[in-house]
Amino acid sequence: MTETKQAARQGALARALPGAARLRLGRVGEARHVGLILALALLAVVGLITRPENFATSANLVSILALASTIGVITVGMTFVIIGGGIDLSVGAVMALASVWATTLATQSYGPWVMAMCAILVGTGAGLINGILIAYGRLVPFIATLAMLVAARGLAQRISDRKTQLIRPENGAIVELSTTRVLGLPLLVYIFALVVVVGWIVLNRTTFGRRTFAVGGNPEAARLAGIDVRRHTMLLYAISGFCCGVAAILIMARTTTGSSTHGDLYELDAIAAVIIGGTLLTGGRGSIIGSILGLLIFTVITNLFILNGLNTSDQLIAKGLIIVAAVLLQRRGLVGRRT
Amino acid sequence: MSRQDARLARRGFLFGGAVVGAGALVGACTSNEPPAAQQSAAPSPAAGGGTDNDRPGREVKIGFSAPAADHGWIAAIAKNAEEAAKQYSDVTFVPVEPTNDINQQISAVESLIQQKVDVLVLLPNDGEQLNQVARRAMDAGIPVVNLDRIFPDKLSYRTWIGGDNYGMGVAAGHYIGRKLKEKGVTDPVILEIQGIATLPLTQERSKGFEDALRAYGYRVTARQDAQFTVESGTEVATNLLQAHKKIDAIWNHDDDQGVGVLAAIKEAGRNEFFMVGGAGSANAMREIQSGTSVLECTVTYSPTMAGSAVKLARLIAQGKGMSDLVEHQVPQSITLASETITKDNVEQYLPLGFES
Repeated sequence: MTETKQAARQGALARALPGAARLRLGRVGEARHVGLILALALLAVVGLITRPENFATSANLVSILALASTIGVITVGMTFVIIGGGIDLSVGAVMALASVWATTLATQSYGPWVMAMCAILVGTGAGLINGILIAYGRLVPFIATLAMLVAARGLAQRISDRKTQLIRPENGAIVELSTTRVLGLPLLVYIFALVVVVGWIVLNRTTFGRRTFAVGGNPEAARLAGIDVRRHTMLLYAISGFCCGVAAILIMARTTTGSSTHGDLYELDAIAAVIIGGTLLTGGRGSIIGSILGLLIFTVITNLFILNGLNTSDQLIAKGLIIVAAVLLQRRGLVGRRT
Repeated sequence: MSRQDARLARRGFLFGGAVVGAGALVGACTSNEPPAAQQSAAPSPAAGGGTDNDRPGREVKIGFSAPAADHGWIAAIAKNAEEAAKQYSDVTFVPVEPTNDINQQISAVESLIQQKVDVLVLLPNDGEQLNQVARRAMDAGIPVVNLDRIFPDKLSYRTWIGGDNYGMGVAAGHYIGRKLKEKGVTDPVILEIQGIATLPLTQERSKGFEDALRAYGYRVTARQDAQFTVESGTEVATNLLQAHKKIDAIWNHDDDQGVGVLAAIKEAGRNEFFMVGGAGSANAMREIQSGTSVLECTVTYSPTMAGSAVKLARLIAQGKGMSDLVEHQVPQSITLASETITKDNVEQYLPLGFES
């Protein structure tokens, strides 16, 4: 009885003092990373046993990383939004819109740099609209981004006339992001890595990052502490949109096309990766490294299933089970720590 | 407000301004009008053989209803139907607004019945659900030419014309089987990349492929399903290429998803095998024509069938038969053969290819 009271008081204290809270929760996060790494190792062992001649080859590891890159970039943005107490359902659709906008004949006539800029601006712009609607229009994030999901897909279909837009040969520089290799890795994997590193630094080593945790953990306390919560929320969605723009460049490089069908259900994959990675859906806690590990687990599962010639449907069942298992384990971990 | 905050606010303002300005800039970039010089001529169906049937006859009004274009193939259906109608001075072509809503398509067909068109060409969103209204047209004395997706009730249409999914699989299987047999390969690695696996059409394609390969003593080594989209093609192909270090042949069911498959193959730098496509998009044909691509062949499921359907509708309304056949009336059902396009005959097919 007194113990729980004490725990409650500690909790209240932690909420009031963002720094202390972060210190405590940071440790929890690290402990969970160990679990994720163990899960990845377990999958690797399964791969080594079932397909020893295919799994551990460098070519296979490169293709796993290349496959993870597109959703990976989106997952970084999603982690920011979810830690900040929101959700972004529009990521897949915004990526599709950016890829379509960047590959219209008009945009393509300006060359690859403009195409890349266009993708990023369209993504960031859509994210800003999300942010303004949520922060200043006081729409619930779920609804605002759901509306963006539908509208962005529609606009992408409208612009592309529902056709697949090929990247023209003179703009091959975009495609080279996926075909050119440096030290054995395609350039797009470096872009992915760069986004992860920058995201990690911003989240863990800057005022902006600290404010993100504060806004997600307790917006009222954050406001009282002098943080402009609304502006901050808006910027978080802009970051997510920016990441969608970068992801659009990567998907254009990988598929050599822009299409309104790109990124179908990416939002669910990204949210699942973030949750498996130990970020609280209610905000205030989480880590980018965890999200990326969660995503890699998913990508390796897909890879293992195809290497072994197994059915797509079984793959989906396995992924569903993993989401539930991860969340159950996290909750047990939390309860264990509290009492 | 601290100085740092002021700086942040100013930065935010500048950032916002930059975004608005840039938005205006990219606003000019959504145009998809090709420069005039590159506007490809609409594919015109193969010219009629100049038989008596092509001479102007009784004036006919042909009603046309099809789903709204959600990919290149459906878009080509509408275009081919219109092109075929334009060839005849005695045809008035009455297309209704394309839609993907069953309810709307039913009322569109009803409006065509009320306009008393002479004959109807229908590609239903769903054969089962449009069956009733097609039957009503037939009962009102308007012959229905049923395009591709078949009505379950034979009283609902005069003639059915459509593609052969099983035959597509057979054509792909024969091309791969024959070629590998010639090379003398004994235990080949043959991969199959399907479209959406739950669709009956996908299952028919796979069945045909399997049956044809069996005739050569071969079987499909591995089969994976994609979603008919470019991106799903890339993802599945990337993983499949890792699973099989040496491949002899790949059949990919759909040329649109094939763009993604080819991107994955190029990225992996593999070329020890050959690939067969499906449907017959212009893009796939250009790859075949280049001679440097792993894509050597595609088997058609051609939207030119819409042009043929309009021609049949005209003959039915004018009470004529097909001049090469003995009978005085148009046949009740026509299943188009899935044709095999290779480097040798691609020139001839290029005008018929659809842009994906």
